[in-house]
Amino acid sequence: MADITAPGPRRSLTEAPQRSAETSGPLLAADGTPLRRKLRQALFVSRMRAMGLATPLVLFVLLAFVFPIFVLLWQAVYNDTFEDGMPRTTELLAEWDAISDPDEAMYAAVITDLIEARDRERALPTKVGARVNREKSGSLSLFKKTNRRAQRLEAPFKEAMVDLDKKWGDIEYWRAMKVASQSVSPAFVASALDLHYTADGTFEWEDPKRQIHLKLFLRTLEISLIVTLATIALGYPVAYLLATLPARVSNLLLILVLLPFWTSILVRTTSWIAMLQSQGVMNDIFVWIGITADDQRFSMIYNKLGTLIAMTHILLPFMILPLYSVMKTIPPSYVRAAKSLGATNWTAFWRIYAPQTVPGIGAGAILVFILAIGYYITPALVGGQDGVMISNIIDDHMRKSLNYSLAAALGLVLLVFVLFLYWLYDRIVGIDNMKLG
Amino acid sequence: MAGLPPYATTGERVWYYSFRVLCGLIFLFLIAPIIIVVPLSFNVEPYFSFTEGMLNFSEEAYSTRWYADIVRNGMAAPDAEQGWWADMWQNAQWVRAIKNSFFIGIFSTLLATALGTLAAIGLARSEMPFKGAVMALLISPMIVPLVITASGLFYAFSQIGLAKTYPGIIMAHAVLGTPFVIITVTATLVGFDHSLTRASASLGADPVRTFFKVQMPLILPGVISGALFAFITSFDEVVVVLQLADPTQRTIPRQMFSGIREQISPTILAVATILVIISIALLATVELLRRRSERLRGMSPQ
Repeated sequence: MADITAPGPRRSLTEAPQRSAETSGPLLAADGTPLRRKLRQALFVSRMRAMGLATPLVLFVLLAFVFPIFVLLWQAVYNDTFEDGMPRTTELLAEWDAISDPDEAMYAAVITDLIEARDRERALPTKVGARVNREKSGSLSLFKKTNRRAQRLEAPFKEAMVDLDKKWGDIEYWRAMKVASQSVSPAFVASALDLHYTADGTFEWEDPKRQIHLKLFLRTLEISLIVTLATIALGYPVAYLLATLPARVSNLLLILVLLPFWTSILVRTTSWIAMLQSQGVMNDIFVWIGITADDQRFSMIYNKLGTLIAMTHILLPFMILPLYSVMKTIPPSYVRAAKSLGATNWTAFWRIYAPQTVPGIGAGAILVFILAIGYYITPALVGGQDGVMISNIIDDHMRKSLNYSLAAALGLVLLVFVLFLYWLYDRIVGIDNMKLG
Repeated sequence: MAGLPPYATTGERVWYYSFRVLCGLIFLFLIAPIIIVVPLSFNVEPYFSFTEGMLNFSEEAYSTRWYADIVRNGMAAPDAEQGWWADMWQNAQWVRAIKNSFFIGIFSTLLATALGTLAAIGLARSEMPFKGAVMALLISPMIVPLVITASGLFYAFSQIGLAKTYPGIIMAHAVLGTPFVIITVTATLVGFDHSLTRASASLGADPVRTFFKVQMPLILPGVISGALFAFITSFDEVVVVLQLADPTQRTIPRQMFSGIREQISPTILAVATILVIISIALLATVELLRRRSERLRGMSPQ
């Protein structure tokens, strides 16, 4: 800002008007360059300075956040296990039309590739088999069996292999291999959506018994939606109370909202276990009041209900705070005016007050929904069987089954959805308006 | 809502009080789970529930054994006279987790605060190009589901040897903390009077001097509360640690996570109580800083 005023000797005030009267050309800065250019230069410098301040963090976020996620998500469409392990077969499969019977050269290529792969790395044929197995079950055992006998097989390989296992005569296995041999393919993204990518390049629905991902996505959406609605229902009255009470009282009550916000999620999840388990505080109270018998305690944790309660509690401050900041700006005179014009309490609230709180509801709801949809810790600890969400499955594939491509594909679907909501949030609320406490 | 007018009808009176009761119940829902861990952590029995004795307030039902367990669990010889301190410092599981949490938390906070403050100052300038896009990028670590961030970092970091290392975890936590620093510092800069920097420049101070002598003291409350947010983010983070850390690098939340999953013991409740006290302290600090910042900028609360 400071460098817009050009350096140089200053003229006395009396001199200036004369000068501008003499020269009708462009205004000049003190050093003789046109003022317009000087201003542009100064603006450029300050723009660079602003950018220079943000650059270190932008680079850091790109390197330690965007790039790693990109590398992982790339695995969703790129998996070269088959191509890497079976280069000759891959070449022949690419030329094959997926309809005619595979010829002798293809059978021979499989054997040569398998022998070579095993020499390179003992577990490689199994890895390749596992990859093909994702397209057609039964392929893994076929690959393991063939791998064991590969050295003893002799030409003509076609007869020898069909002799070894009838599956080699089934064209479906070859079609599965053709899909697996395409390193860049939509197969994993399709399977994240319970679709099956065939050798003809078409998609068909997975066998209903194996459709697990769509169900999981739906459950994740359902849990997020219920949690969002629950936080609106619980957050609205509290925010209204906080906004209408005198500042001294509301500041004290606000601490009750902020304390959970600052408390560790693990602590809150732990205490919900203590509250909701069958020998827990809530059940003790229920038995004491007489709602239920001692031997028929409710099971409220390690299932969907437990996930819902704990998540609502954890995300409630994210709803109350935006609602409160919107409600605080609504002048109470509007409602008073409505009442003085004859509106009942309900009409004044519903027609005058509530519409003005909609931006707050929108901001809170999108924020809570975004946070809920990617939730991991609470469902992992108190979710049990039916409270598991999509994040937990992604983590499972990353750490247990080591199926990075499927984890990446599921993550891609989730991320696209979350980024859409983020965009929506930016459009409706504006990222700049995000506040904490 | 502030007080009931004398002309209120019976219906209004009933509604007024029932609304307050309803809000009271919601506040109870918010705060009860946090309070409940405190008495339970003094349970003499290894359960998560209140015993008869605790409800009758008998002294034998309460003990501090789970607090002692925090330092003793994992020690080679917890009853030894000699070398007790060294043994605890080296071997106790929770002590190691606490050391890890503070080590990772402090370094990631420093990194996040330094980078985040600079970026926020840049973003607050009106000349900043692509402001919206840059802001969206820098806030995104808060929005992207943690499991995706964690998986991506694990996958990419293991290829360059950064997985299972402290620098890797610190970088990951710093990325997750920066959005909070940016949001709080930007909020402080919104009311910043730019004629102050111009005044400083006109008095001959260079931009660096202006920054440290004029701007920094004024935005310091925002920077510190941003740093506290970044610290609590790292201090409470478990998803990245699950994937990126090896067993010796376990942090407090990671230790709690496996504690809840594997051997559920009231030691977790004792740790939880200590964490609640820490969060009360942090909340109080942030609240004081916010008031100070408002006072400095001449914005008094109503």
